[in-house]
Amino acid sequence: MVSPKVRGKPVALDGDRAVAEAIRQMSPDVVAAYPITPQTEIVMRFSEFVANGEVDTEFIPVESEHAAMSACIGASAAGGRAQTATAGAGLAFMWEVLWVASGTRLPIVMHVVNRSLSAPLNIHCDHSDSMGARDAGWIQLYDETVQEAYDNAIQALRIAEHPDVMLPTLHAMDGFILGHGLERLELLPDDAVREFVGVYKPEHSLLDVDHPVTYGPMELTDYFFEHKRQQAAAMERALEIIPQIGEEYGMLTGRYYGLMEGYRLEDAEFATVALGSTAGTIKTVVDELRDQGVKAGLLKLRCFRPFPATTVAEALGDKKAIAVLDRSLSFGAQCGPLFLEVITALFTHGFSPKVLNYAYGLGGRDIVPAQIHQVYKDLIDIDREGLAGPSLRYLGLRE
Amino acid sequence: MVINLKKMSAEQDLLAPGHRLCAGCAESIVVRQVLHAVGQPVVVASPTGCLEVATSPYPYTSWRVPWIHSAFENVASTISGVETMYRSLVKQGKMEDKGIKFVVFAGDGATYDIGLQFLSGALERGHKFLYVCLNNEAYMNTGIQRSSATPLGAWTTTSPVGTAIPGKRENRKDITAIVAAHDIPYVAQAAPHAWRDLITKAQKAIAADGPSFINVLAPCQRGWRYPPEETIAISRLAVETCVWPIYEVVDGEWKLNYRPSPKKPITDWLQSQGRFRHLLTSENRHIVDALQEIVDQQWAKLLERCRV
Repeated sequence: MVSPKVRGKPVALDGDRAVAEAIRQMSPDVVAAYPITPQTEIVMRFSEFVANGEVDTEFIPVESEHAAMSACIGASAAGGRAQTATAGAGLAFMWEVLWVASGTRLPIVMHVVNRSLSAPLNIHCDHSDSMGARDAGWIQLYDETVQEAYDNAIQALRIAEHPDVMLPTLHAMDGFILGHGLERLELLPDDAVREFVGVYKPEHSLLDVDHPVTYGPMELTDYFFEHKRQQAAAMERALEIIPQIGEEYGMLTGRYYGLMEGYRLEDAEFATVALGSTAGTIKTVVDELRDQGVKAGLLKLRCFRPFPATTVAEALGDKKAIAVLDRSLSFGAQCGPLFLEVITALFTHGFSPKVLNYAYGLGGRDIVPAQIHQVYKDLIDIDREGLAGPSLRYLGLRE
Repeated sequence: MVINLKKMSAEQDLLAPGHRLCAGCAESIVVRQVLHAVGQPVVVASPTGCLEVATSPYPYTSWRVPWIHSAFENVASTISGVETMYRSLVKQGKMEDKGIKFVVFAGDGATYDIGLQFLSGALERGHKFLYVCLNNEAYMNTGIQRSSATPLGAWTTTSPVGTAIPGKRENRKDITAIVAAHDIPYVAQAAPHAWRDLITKAQKAIAADGPSFINVLAPCQRGWRYPPEETIAISRLAVETCVWPIYEVVDGEWKLNYRPSPKKPITDWLQSQGRFRHLLTSENRHIVDALQEIVDQQWAKLLERCRV
């Protein structure tokens, strides 16, 4: 590892403000956004940047999230950079046009602050919103810390616009836990971010009136399937591109990013898999267990879409028992969406360790170290005694 | 703004022939007239609808100008994004100001119903674009279902003429007045038979400093049940009966563009189309009377607004 090219400025910010800073530094040509708790602070802060002339961005204060994504589609097709931010119901409201953005291969960047979906109404974190969008053709990165929210926000743009990818990209940070959680992070100098994101030169643009292009045609049985296959292929290529950009970002900042992060995972016997801020809690527990002689480890998944199946399978294949933590439910399914991916990856790569799935933290329910300890204890139990009881368990639920 | 028909007829249509709209469809007539008036450079957006599916079956396109379709409800937001990106890139010096104009062609379903919120939002924000509603008074693309532009009593496939209910039970809403209530610089109603009026309106609308809106009646031979060669005659009849008055609202000032003399009875309108045929029976006489009363009231209200 080489020393970073630039020195960051240490600051204390919550996730929303850190992301607002990242957007300011990237200075997209158009931002269209609608306020929703717990994302509101991003829009408020960015509106201040606009009001104070600190950005060149044209801000569209749309009347809904659906309009936000629709305006981003128009703006991106017009040949410049477009970004938005949302949460929970706002992301759900966008759902239809998320598919339009990806199917039209528009490199829009979206900052998601995870929030549960109604009903009942709840403003706190779970992953129901972004998991609800998992099949919409967007690259999905998950943030563990405020620093990662900032770093992923910036890398998302480069990933989306890579000529081999050209897919809309979102990164998701846990609502309130990160969004309103004050943490220390390092901000890059403005010019370093500008240089890293570079200049966007689209192959086509609606505003290139001398070369008229038809965007969003009708395709029926004759071409549609082939175009969907191309989207899938772009996702496959993104598996190569995301770590390359993570490496480049690491050279710049000293903070390197891959598709996943293994924490004391290599020699671990008992592993958990998680997304987002919970990974931080798990790391603490892993350290405590290691001190007690338990070979515990964590696979923190950064990139959920595309799902790095081979990377995950190779990292987990030799474990005695694995617990996958899902912060959302897929009602009527056998398991949560993350578990489904992990198990499929293991099985298709010839591994069949003992596995448990935990649903946790819905509607912002706290996840505390004692619960994670219980997870590892369960793993040791099933390794010794075999799996008894359901493979899907509820963590932190009053029953 | 002079309209030179000879020059205009020699110009290339920006909507190419070979599209898949029905014979006698008013939509292509209106689109070509409006684009002649607007001229290049122009970027066009359409929501899902007849025009969209008939002009963009991949790998073909009828659009000789940049064109975008995103979804059914969101064309006003989509063009907001395009127009804002243009302003942003020009302001930042990333592209030269070519005087690009932005035009939407949308059906009544996308305008009156599913897209109303998006339209209202875009108008309130003041994006500079011309929104043309191609109003054929129902969801024609999906097979003639009622919209809030469908008039009282009309047959559609979701307001069928049954033994208990004789067609649509509600009258259409006045979207043009709703748009005018946004206090945008230019709002109008037009009809394709009055081509000079429509072209003049499109010229005024595109020159306005802000959003503009033209609601154009677009007779649909399939949905209204009349022979395809009668589209222009039907359009004229709509205006002669005051079913579709043509007027404009310029910076809040209402102006009537045509006053029929004599004003023809609603029965002329109803007799011209199969969608109203069931109304011409004695038991549905009250619906015909109600329709005439609505037309008379709305006409009187319009005359008052136009101070004539």
